[in-house]
Amino acid sequence: MLEWLTAHGILAATLALLGLAVAFGALLGFAGQVFKVEGDPVVERIDALLPQTQCGQCGYPGCKPYAEAIVQGDDINKCPPGGDATIAALADLLGREPKPLDGEAQDIPRVAYIREEECIGCTKCIQACPVDAILGAAKHMHTVIVDECTGCDLCVEPCPVDCIDMLPHPDLAKQWHWPRPPGPGHRPSQPIAATLIASDRQPAPEERAHG
Amino acid sequence: MADFDFPGGIMPPERKTLSNQAPLVKAPLPARVMLPLTQHVGQPAEPVVSVGQTVRTGEIIACAQGMISAPVHASITGTVTAIEERAVPHPSAAVGEAKALCIVIEGNGQDDDWQRMPPLDWRSASDEALLERLQSSGVVGLGGAGFPAAVKAQVRQRHAIDTLIVNAAECEPYITADDLTLRTYPGDVIEGARMLARLCGAERILIGIEDNKPEAVAALRQALSTSNDTTPVELKVVATRYPSGGESQLIQKLTGREVPSRGLPADVGLLCHNPGTLLASLRAVRDGEPMISRIVTLTGEALTRPGNLEARLGTPLHALLSLAGLRPARLSQLILGGPMMGFTLDSDALPLVKTANCLIAGTADEFPPAPPEQACIRCGACETACPASLLPQQLYWFSKSREHDKAELFNLFDCIECGACAYVCPSHIPLVQYYRAAKGEIRLHEREARKAEHARHRFEFRQARMAREEAEKEARRKARLQQARASRPAPEQRKAAVSPTPSDTPQSDSQDSAAELKKLKIAQAAAKAAVRKAERALARASEGGQDPSADVNDLETQLATARENLKATETRLAALQSRTAPAATQPASTTATGPGVPASQSMPTGTTTEDTAKQVRQRKIAVASAQAAYRKAEKALESAAAQNDDATLAAARQKFERAQGNLDRARKALEEAETTAHEPKDTSTP
Repeated sequence: MLEWLTAHGILAATLALLGLAVAFGALLGFAGQVFKVEGDPVVERIDALLPQTQCGQCGYPGCKPYAEAIVQGDDINKCPPGGDATIAALADLLGREPKPLDGEAQDIPRVAYIREEECIGCTKCIQACPVDAILGAAKHMHTVIVDECTGCDLCVEPCPVDCIDMLPHPDLAKQWHWPRPPGPGHRPSQPIAATLIASDRQPAPEERAHG
Repeated sequence: MADFDFPGGIMPPERKTLSNQAPLVKAPLPARVMLPLTQHVGQPAEPVVSVGQTVRTGEIIACAQGMISAPVHASITGTVTAIEERAVPHPSAAVGEAKALCIVIEGNGQDDDWQRMPPLDWRSASDEALLERLQSSGVVGLGGAGFPAAVKAQVRQRHAIDTLIVNAAECEPYITADDLTLRTYPGDVIEGARMLARLCGAERILIGIEDNKPEAVAALRQALSTSNDTTPVELKVVATRYPSGGESQLIQKLTGREVPSRGLPADVGLLCHNPGTLLASLRAVRDGEPMISRIVTLTGEALTRPGNLEARLGTPLHALLSLAGLRPARLSQLILGGPMMGFTLDSDALPLVKTANCLIAGTADEFPPAPPEQACIRCGACETACPASLLPQQLYWFSKSREHDKAELFNLFDCIECGACAYVCPSHIPLVQYYRAAKGEIRLHEREARKAEHARHRFEFRQARMAREEAEKEARRKARLQQARASRPAPEQRKAAVSPTPSDTPQSDSQDSAAELKKLKIAQAAAKAAVRKAERALARASEGGQDPSADVNDLETQLATARENLKATETRLAALQSRTAPAATQPASTTATGPGVPASQSMPTGTTTEDTAKQVRQRKIAVASAQAAYRKAEKALESAAAQNDDATLAAARQKFERAQGNLDRARKALEEAETTAHEPKDTSTP
């Protein structure tokens, strides 16, 4: 057998390559079965960038369907709650051109507020809420759990007595952070620490007196 | 002493002599105090008094809420006149947003009627009693951050502490509050340090102080020589350089240890405390006095009598300023905190809070308006000044262009915002302001991402719940349908006696349903796997323990979602099985190991003996596997009980009960099968 192989070198090489091809083919096939990825990972990643208000302003019944539609080729500028930041992040992820937002941007985060004395307890808003943020029972007053409300507006439309208002989020004050300086060529807009230091660096009065 | 040092640093004019000449004086009682409920890091306190109520000095008026919080005490005797939103000292005041709930107390004349807690001897009191006292007395870190001292003292639960460091460096210009505290109460500060060292298990105490405070050093030496205690106390005088009072910087200078990136001093076995905090802690324990006053520096060229005051919390700042002889005509800027890290106030009607260590009334000469910002010339001066070994220039570019991921990669969050880089910048770039803005934007973004994730979980849960409800409804509908159908042909069947092979479902339908059954079973297995995964994640999170309340909430929602999904598939499966069960030749699905498979599938009795033998065998296998599952669950329960963890224990118990039920059911089914296997033999003879 060995002799025959050495005598027919070309056949030996072919057999060796064939054997390797079969082995690696089997290995790849096995790996493809074992490490199979369920679903489309791009959809998950797009879904993670969307604001998850489930408001349906994009024309799809939730954020995940919109994420799937984007993968199918829909525009990335249909999410008003996400605004420009989300469009930029999506453009970055998908390698597409960022487009201006289709629709009106939301200026500040809002939450639904039920004027409780006017509520008739119809439970229509409870059924409309995508995140179960409204509490109540039939013929009893309803109320919104502020921490869970995403401000999606979906409960406003079904209310038969129009007792739901969208108010600015009460945590707005807590979200304060230091503003960005205006940039080169300007004096800092606010006289805060860093600017004090800058002025403190100038010769101190006593030093000036000496000099 | 010069063994260790931190990199960078600057030497701005100190200007401490303005305020450290006069001795510490007690400020007279204010006529009215305003006590904000957010004078500390963490959750705001919850008011426990009502408007019109009379309170005594030291009485608790708002209690702590949540894990990290501190109570607020009445700082004068009088009547609560309002609980409302008032302006408080906060950097956002310039935008007009700094409002917080405050309790206003109107003093009644000059009487100061104390309500003290019973004094404790810290050497004999238990750790629990001391922690409880620190918590109830509202002591927070007085260095500026305002972290509740009681929470800090519990660090022992997670980290081994070997050294307690007293941070008396006080490196920022103008401020002399710690200096005067040490000069006036050196013994008390050292005793407070000993108490907290005992509480956190530290074997030694290190006092780090800058060499520009010779009087305080002398007072400490004097106090140390007279005290007789076993805990070794070492006094280390370090060269004056800003920011040697930064926690990480002082640690590096005193011990040579470096606090890890985004870590805490406790990670390297150290705990830092400010002298004022130690004094307040000791007073809370030894004298039973809650935290109602603090030592504050009043300084600046616009004051005629600058100095340090021991003032009640909530005192309006204008009262303090007039005590120090403010010349309003000369005042140009009012700064809370030091000139490097503090912020300007646009009103002097604000109250004195626990974290306010210094109030500077600066003249226009002292603090002229900042020159306009110029373009960065890439000189690199900021890099040599940075005490945290960061690259301020890179951080500046990234912050400016909102490249937050890159800024984080360059350790933006290790910036201590000391302002050394901005101080040396020849282009007058307010660098710290850029970093603060970038940090704020990153935090906001993170919070929003977390919220979105939470909303997504809730949305998924709702969908799963609705799917389950739909499946249940469907199952009920089918059951009704079947019942109706069964009740119609029932009389004939009964007449036909023992041939219960109801072939009323067509062949094609049963094939369809078999395929569907298979699909549903796969779905059920997947759902079960999801539930198990969610349970494991939850158990892991609750074992982790590090305040993961938000994570646990989310994981619980995920687990509930997985359970709903499982329930939905199980309901569908059960409905399908109950429909196909009579049709198919007695199914293999009676190996009832799954919790959702109803065990009440009564066997038709009129089958052949071979069939019954097969059944008996099958059921024996089922019993064996159920027994195995039961034993496994039992073991899991025991180990969970040993770990003493509520979440895993509950999950394990649930599993155990389920396994028990399954085993019972399987046994019953086996018995039934056995009796039916025997019966035919007995009854076949006639």
